[in-house]
Formats: sequence, structure tokens, C-alpha cells
Amino acid sequence: MDKFNTLTSIAAPMPLVNIDTDMIIPKQFLKTIQRSGLGKNLFDEMRFDDNGNEIPDFVLNQPAYRQAQILVAGDNFGCGSSREHAPWALLDFGIRCVISTSFADIFYNNCFKNGILPIVLPQDQVDVLMDDARKGENARISIDLESQTVTSADGQQFHFEIDPFKKHCLLNGLDDIGLTLEKVSSIDSFEKQASQSRPWV
Amino acid sequence: MTVAKTLYDKIWDAHVVHEDKDGTCLLYIDRHLVHEVTSPQAFEGLRMTGRTVRAPEKTIAVPDHNVPTTPDRENGIENPESRIQVDALDRNAREFGVNYYPVNDIRQGIVHIVGPEQGWTLPGMTVVCGDSHTATHGAFGALAHGIGTSEVEHVLATQTLIQQKSKNMKVEITGSLRPGVTAKDITLSVIGVTGTAGGTGYVIEYCGQAIRELSMEGRMTVCNMAIEGGARAGLIAPDEKTFEYVKGRPHAPKGAQWDAALAWWKTLKSDDDAHWDKVITLRGEDIAPVVTWGTSPEDVLPITANVPAAEDFAGGKVDAVRRALDYMGLKPGQKLTDIEIDTVFIGSCTNGRIEDLRAAAAILKGKKIKPGLRAMVVPGSGLVRAQAEDEGLAQIFIDAGFEWRLAGCSMCLAMNPDQLSPGERCAATSNRNFEGRQGRGGRTHLMSPGMAAAAAITGRLTDVREVMTESA
Repeated sequence: MDKFNTLTSIAAPMPLVNIDTDMIIPKQFLKTIQRSGLGKNLFDEMRFDDNGNEIPDFVLNQPAYRQAQILVAGDNFGCGSSREHAPWALLDFGIRCVISTSFADIFYNNCFKNGILPIVLPQDQVDVLMDDARKGENARISIDLESQTVTSADGQQFHFEIDPFKKHCLLNGLDDIGLTLEKVSSIDSFEKQASQSRPWV
Repeated sequence: MTVAKTLYDKIWDAHVVHEDKDGTCLLYIDRHLVHEVTSPQAFEGLRMTGRTVRAPEKTIAVPDHNVPTTPDRENGIENPESRIQVDALDRNAREFGVNYYPVNDIRQGIVHIVGPEQGWTLPGMTVVCGDSHTATHGAFGALAHGIGTSEVEHVLATQTLIQQKSKNMKVEITGSLRPGVTAKDITLSVIGVTGTAGGTGYVIEYCGQAIRELSMEGRMTVCNMAIEGGARAGLIAPDEKTFEYVKGRPHAPKGAQWDAALAWWKTLKSDDDAHWDKVITLRGEDIAPVVTWGTSPEDVLPITANVPAAEDFAGGKVDAVRRALDYMGLKPGQKLTDIEIDTVFIGSCTNGRIEDLRAAAAILKGKKIKPGLRAMVVPGSGLVRAQAEDEGLAQIFIDAGFEWRLAGCSMCLAMNPDQLSPGERCAATSNRNFEGRQGRGGRTHLMSPGMAAAAAITGRLTDVREVMTESA
């Protein structure tokens, strides 16, 4: 997993609320047995017409946003299915950070496993950043994970909260299976004790 | 004096392997369910790192999302990508030695129906699966939730998950449901109140007389859609109905172990003075048969209502409703019962159990679907299908004009050939009405099995109570 420290980028505005994982990556692309290569199908049904041609109005088809590494999105981004194909597709397209007023739980967790930083901010701050995003190449948003700040194009700084463990893993690009396996003796003793107290499991 | 705890607190506490100073916990996982779509990359990850499955005996694999549901499926899967995914599960299950129900095993079915049916799901357990509808298993008083593929790999390798504890929400449904109102109407009505983000950060415990009065099948329907309300999990405290359902299942404890398990299970309920971070109460008598009109499960109204206007909403929802009405091809003010449908889908992990098929068959008995309509029943498992055939339900569906399919997820998410065409409108007993969910451009209205059966007869969204009156 790639580390995440700082990021400065154009942001793509997606103010629609309840953007679900079926929108992010429709089911026909879940048949892959790999993690890579899904970027070309990101937001497929919003991005391409029935003949596979780009829909010019869609934000990521506009020249300014093709290189965006940040999405500023409406409330409850990533709701629906648990498919990790959603963050895989975002990452493969080049998105490293999504900013919203809230995220669906499973999507939020999946982001951290893939080096994507989801940032929750209050509505008024997301509004400022959404305005920045709408300015395309004329406005860049900066993120500093270490100091937990987002800086708008005109220099306003917003602090965001993040779980310390998730932050640590993201800053260092850590594989958490490796970290958990360091605690294997705790797992062994839990299993031993549980085999006494709940032998039917 | 001990601190009062919720049911969630109790199950959580019983599974903490390790707690860091910042509250991050390593939680032990008792059951890991696996299907073909979200697992291939996880098994591949194990291979690449030389890791193994820590507890194959606690891991259960079954293909469900991609499998065709037509009778010719024993000849193999035509779609090459689907076939590769199902074959990959087959290879992984055998190589890593996990419990496995292959496509042509009669016990095969939707993972969330197979788990309880086989007695893998038991009260007080932690249950995870790379599938958001894992919440279903909460009906047994098990802490059950969906995970992503990286977490699937983590559970395979360590039998644990790194977790932060959620907050406690109580959803109480008082009194009794009126005739024609079902578990599906409860769970959709709750989402109508909370919104699809209302449960974010919480584990919900459903309680109250109306919940107690539900069968285990109904309770699974309620918990199944906890995720659609944004909650990490939904729970219902186990009771005599739970124990009765579990007893004698292939993987349920037997003999002295049953007695020991039962003694613990009976302690699995929230203490009277437990703390709740949020409480929602609905009167069972106030819940009507409902349908969804939009593209989010929160877009729910009683069947007697009219299609709303974007202006009826506030904030970001105004644009979302405008988009939804356009996508759904509906006009504000239109009566919901005037909406004509093309297709009926009865099935899914929400409503693919025997009781759901009984409810739909009761409405359809001696009737025909509207000519020209496409209608299918997809039982949730091979065993549900066999039971429905034994009970004569299959013949009722076939006589009415329904296709009688083999088990799988089918048109709930349309990864197999069962899909809607652009503009095709479906009365569905599934769980998501998202844009494109059942096929690109497809229009989904969510409802109970009885409501779907009623719609099949009239060819439009229909108040099941009217059809029930006719039958009486």
C-alpha cells in the first residue's frame, strides 16, 4: 500500500448525496479476480453512454478534472455494497482523497486499506471546498495528514479527525495483517480460553 | 456493581482479543462466510505472502452472486468471467480446506440464507462476510457485518478484525403489525425515518413487541437491511423462537454442548438500564405496506401515497430527488398505485426464505399474473426450493405464470444473466433500488413478497390489502 503524507491537487466536485458503490463501480466490473485496472470503469454508467462514449457533462470527463486526485462529494458517500472494487477503481483512476460530510462505514474502512484518505468535515467547510472544486484548474486543495488539516485554495485551514491507528498505517503504508500477526500469541490464548468457555463455537 | 450493558456490548466484550490504549480492538471472528465475488483477491493475497487460512473449520464458502438460476446451470456457466470467478472459489475452497457448498449441492444458496439454515450462525457469535448484507445474521443475536476484501484476507489469515467500537442505537417497534404488513415494511419504514445515513456509526438493536412477534425469517429480513440504514450491524436478542430455529441444524451444538450454549444464550439481552446513544420508536400499528419510489432505500412511502416532488425535500436531497424521479420516469403527484410494472422479482437474501415464498404464494393461489409480465421466483437456497416444492408453493407460482428458478442472488444485483433492460420497471423483494442495480437503466421498486405478488396480478404497484380482501 502506498503511503499518504501530503497531497495538493485539483478536486472534482460531486455534490450528489448518497453516491453508492453501484454508481462508483457497477456490478458487471466485479467479475475480475484482480485488484487493478478498474479505473477505466469508475462511475461507468454516469461517465459513458450505452455505446461506451464519454458523456461530456460528467465531471471526470471534463478536461480540468481528468487529473483530479481529490473528490469533494455529497453526504453519505460510498453507501451500499461492501465491494472494495469501489476504492480500487477510485485509486486506479488516481483519486487519493475523498472529502464529504459523511461516509458509509464499510467504504470508509476499505479506503484506508488502499492508501485513500476519506475526510469528514462539517457541511459549511465542505461547501467551501466544493466551491473550490467547481473552479477546476483555478483552485487547488491541499491535505496534510500528519497535521490533520485541509487547506482551501484561499488558505482557509480545516482540521479533521482521524483514528490514530488508521492514521499511523496510512502515513507509513503499513499492511495491517502483518501488524496483527505480531499479536498471534494473544490470538492463540484467546482461542484456548474460548474453547473452554464456548466449546460449541 | 457491574456496568449495565447492551447486547452489542456483551457480544463485543466476549470477543476482544486485544485492546490498544487508543481503544482500537482486535476482535475474534467466530464465523467467516465467503462468496466468489469479494474473495479471489483475498485468497490470492494469502498465496503471495505465503500465509494460510487460520481457521478453515470456521470458514464457509458458497458461490451465489454469479450463478445462473436457470435449470440448465448444471451444464456450466456460460459467461466466461462469471465462470472464472466461481471456478476460483472452487479452487480456493478446496486448496485451503474450508467448508464449501458448490453450485450443484442442494445446500447451495445465498450465503446469508445458507449460514443460518446449516446452523453455522448461532447466538452470541461474531459473523463476517465480504458482503454488506451480512447484517442478516444479527437476527440470531449474533454481531454480524460486512467487510471489504482486504478485511476478508485479514480474517482468513488471523481469524480477527481490527475494529473500533460503534455506538448503541435502539429501534423499538411497539404493539402489533396490522394485516398485510410484514417485516419488510418494518425495515423499510425504519430507513424512511432514519435515512440511509442515520445509522452510520451505530449498531442497531431492534426490539419491542412487533419484533418479538416476528418469525426468525422475518427477523432476518429486518436485520438484513440494517446496512441500508447505514448501521454497522442490526441485532435482535435471541429468545425461544431463536433456540427453536437453531436446534437440530447440522452445525448447531448437540447434547451437553447444547445445554451449555443455551445457558449462555439466555443471558444475551440488553440490561434494563443499559445506555443507548440513540433511540427510535415506531408504533407497529402505524406501519403500512410500503414501496420505494426513488433510487435510495430511504425513498419509501406507504402504497396509498403519491410520488413526492423535489421541492418537498431540503439540502442535497432536492437534486438527488430530481435526478431520481427522472431516472425512475415518475411525475410528482402521481399515485403510487398507478405505476405500471414490467417485471416481478421475488427472492434475495432479504426475502428469499420459505416464509417469504409462502406469503407470496398465499396471494397468488388460484390467480394469474398479468399477461405480458415477466415474473420470477428465485428461492434463497436449494433447500428452500425443495421445501417450497414439497409444500406445493412451487406449483402455485408456476400456475400463476412465474418462472421457478434455482437458488442464487439473481436479479437482486444482476451479476448473473437475470437483469433488467433500460427503462424496465421491476417490483422487487430485494434490498437496493440504486441506479443500475438490477441492470443499466432498470427501475426498481422495493417491497414485501406479498406486495410483489399483488403487483404481479394487477401489473401495477398494488396495495396487498386489496388483493387479500378479494381472496377472503
